[in-house]
Amino acid sequence: MAARQVGLRNELRARWRARPPEQRFAATIVLQVGFALLLWLLSLSLTYAALLAFALSWLRRVPPLPWRLALQVAIAGVFAILGPRSLAILLAIVFALLWAPPRHRRWLLPLAGLAAAVFYPFFGDRMFTIPVFGPFPDVGSGVYMVVFVMMAVGLNIVVGYAGLLDLGYVAFYATGAYTAAWFASLQFSNRSIHFGAVGLNPPNVAGIHISIWLLLVLAGVFTAVAGIVIGLPTLRLRGDYLAIVTLGFGEIIYVLARNGDNFGGFNLTNGPNGITPIDSPGWGHTLSSWTGGFLPSNYLTCCKATVLGHHLSSADVFFWTALVLLVVTVFCSIRLRDSRIGRAWIAIREDETAAAAMGIPLMRTKTWAYASGAFFGGVAGAYYAAFKSATFPGDFFFNISVFILCMVILGGMGNVWGVLIGASFLAYLNIAGLANMGAWINSHIHFIGSFQFPGETAPGLDVPAIASGIYGLIIVVVMLLRPEGLLPSRRRAAELHRGVHDEPLYDATHAGGGQP
Amino acid sequence: MTADASTSTPVLARIAARRPSLIGILGLALVALVVVWLVVNFTKAPSYFAEVFLIGLALGSMYALIALGYTLVYGILELINFAHGDVFMLGSMFALTFVGPLGLKAGTFSLWPLVVVLIVISMVCCGAINAAIEFVAYRPLRSAPRLAPLITAIGMSFILEDVGLLWKGSAPISFPTLLPQHDAFVLFGIDVTWDKLIVLFITAPMLLLLVWLVQRTKQGKAMRAVAQDKDAAAIMGIDVNRTISFTFLIAGCLAGAAGALYALYVTELNYLQGFQLGLIAFTSAVLGGIGNLPGAVLGAILIGCIQAFNEGLTWHAPGSDWTEAIVFSILILILVFRPEGLLGERTPEGG
Repeated sequence: MAARQVGLRNELRARWRARPPEQRFAATIVLQVGFALLLWLLSLSLTYAALLAFALSWLRRVPPLPWRLALQVAIAGVFAILGPRSLAILLAIVFALLWAPPRHRRWLLPLAGLAAAVFYPFFGDRMFTIPVFGPFPDVGSGVYMVVFVMMAVGLNIVVGYAGLLDLGYVAFYATGAYTAAWFASLQFSNRSIHFGAVGLNPPNVAGIHISIWLLLVLAGVFTAVAGIVIGLPTLRLRGDYLAIVTLGFGEIIYVLARNGDNFGGFNLTNGPNGITPIDSPGWGHTLSSWTGGFLPSNYLTCCKATVLGHHLSSADVFFWTALVLLVVTVFCSIRLRDSRIGRAWIAIREDETAAAAMGIPLMRTKTWAYASGAFFGGVAGAYYAAFKSATFPGDFFFNISVFILCMVILGGMGNVWGVLIGASFLAYLNIAGLANMGAWINSHIHFIGSFQFPGETAPGLDVPAIASGIYGLIIVVVMLLRPEGLLPSRRRAAELHRGVHDEPLYDATHAGGGQP
Repeated sequence: MTADASTSTPVLARIAARRPSLIGILGLALVALVVVWLVVNFTKAPSYFAEVFLIGLALGSMYALIALGYTLVYGILELINFAHGDVFMLGSMFALTFVGPLGLKAGTFSLWPLVVVLIVISMVCCGAINAAIEFVAYRPLRSAPRLAPLITAIGMSFILEDVGLLWKGSAPISFPTLLPQHDAFVLFGIDVTWDKLIVLFITAPMLLLLVWLVQRTKQGKAMRAVAQDKDAAAIMGIDVNRTISFTFLIAGCLAGAAGALYALYVTELNYLQGFQLGLIAFTSAVLGGIGNLPGAVLGAILIGCIQAFNEGLTWHAPGSDWTEAIVFSILILILVFRPEGLLGERTPEGG
């Protein structure tokens, strides 16, 4: 069945490629202009979104004829006249990047992406409104997005590199968040330990208060240790059992967080009310004045300056710090992948028995994958708790694990760049996109907008409420149509399409039957 | 290092058989602790204890219906069908939808043939849904790596959950109390109520029917053959895809029956019930030995009793807040230390 579908797709693709380039070009233009006109008839605002999407798809479908450049310039020009200026500038930059020779594109694309992210606070509020999806996210949402992208990159180490399906990644997020909450809040107010914390009011307030920068590392280490403790007994299990066990751990952590306000009278997690407030990050007055105010002394109360016509806010500082953490995560992730242990992970993913035969210590290698993934999850969790200044058990539902897994699957398991793109998109959907889409759907599609759904107070579809179903749909569609994700690593794609010899059962000696 | 990593469970088991290991001692101590706890509770209030046990039996028999669905599908495809719990939830929702049109209201159990019709409708709908899920989501991935259908199953589970949400809303919904809740009889001072008895009376024949189906019919033989070796079964002229579809249909029917019974017995429905009960039922299946039909029933009754004892007993019971954590701890302990389950077989035919 699957083979027949793939065969049909390949045949169509082969026939398409056999046509002369001019024919292909004409066909694409007719198709896309027709589609754009159709959308224009339906709703004016959709038009340029469709044109944008298709203009980008042209670049890959059409052979590099000399007049492609002219066409792209024309597209950008049309947008410059008709649409907002920011869209035309964006298009021009994207076209320029795509015209760069491939060997330069390798470093130009990530660099441009990073530059766009770094300067986002300056231009984000001046960007155009995307039809259906709404305006670009604000910087506060940007922090959320970066933190979740970071978690996705961490999960990618476990799922993408080592091929261990982890359905309880939220446990690591929770561990990190609660580490930050315990050691930088009023939670244990019968102790009074201060170390490097800034901006406390009053300075000698009770409770444990440790500098958040130390706590990020501490949370990472603590979470990695938790990962090892969870991993050691369970990583022996085969793939699907491991998934279930990690899910169980995720749920247990949630139950512990929810009921942890009374362990024999000891209040560990403050139960459903969560721990809040958590100390704000900051570098302290000394460092701040040494660096001429570049490092703010306290993130929450910082930033009176205006740079490039933009009033800096504390969200900006949180955003840039998150970006630094993300860049470190991505760097570590890539270096890990190319290291000896990274190659061992990939070997285990492809064929566990063969990897063991080549002398790779399975348990130790898998445990390292687990611990590395957990480390970044913990750091992200701690940072996010400090940003929100709170942590609640409700943040650690099973949905979040699947949400992060969905990011990895959509982007392409095993490829950091794919995961970055998939995760940014989904995190954006989660924080703002779905609500905007819901508003658009309810106001534009009449029979949905006026339909009274059961249990709702107002007519219309509450799109953010069914977010998990949408992620489920994305997961199913991606797994069925393009299991390697949007931007796959070539190696993973080959595995998923040709299949690899799966590890048979529990133990290597027991070769269970029934593999087709 | 490499050898012990992949074969350490049998090694552990062998060591445990030879001399008492730390893990064995700890396990025994845990079991002893639970037994002491149960005995103390029993001596404090014997008849109350027996009533709680009956609740556990009724819960457990419902879990058994769901757990059998997991075990059937796992036995044949080696796939943990995550969406199964949500099919069960949809079963409850079907019962809720049809209870009004059938003219059933609270306290009208005298129309009991209609209750049977309600259960049958729910079974048929869920069977169809489960078979459709297999066709859409799992069949195209038959030759993909094992994790692919598992990930799809998680996605399906979330889709079904939100179907339930859009269909019935997010607030808990109450189902009319059809089953009479007064005493059927009093035995040694134990109140045996009608609703528990009815649940047991409905599930027991279904379980027997399933055993008959798997062990005595030609279709059951085909199922066992496919579970053992798909290629060989195909060579012997068995339509493998049809058999798998049939298995999903049966599993869906059981889930539908469980859903309707849950609606009748618990009478409070929620679109999230499928996730929680699905995991509990999966734990039951693993506890009994996944792929093993009697094991699933045994595991389900054990888990049902554990849940009832935990929530019902008065002397030092952790309480309902901790039920999930206890069930998941059991799941993890079983998977780590005895992955073949209590009855110790991997597949129905002991392969």
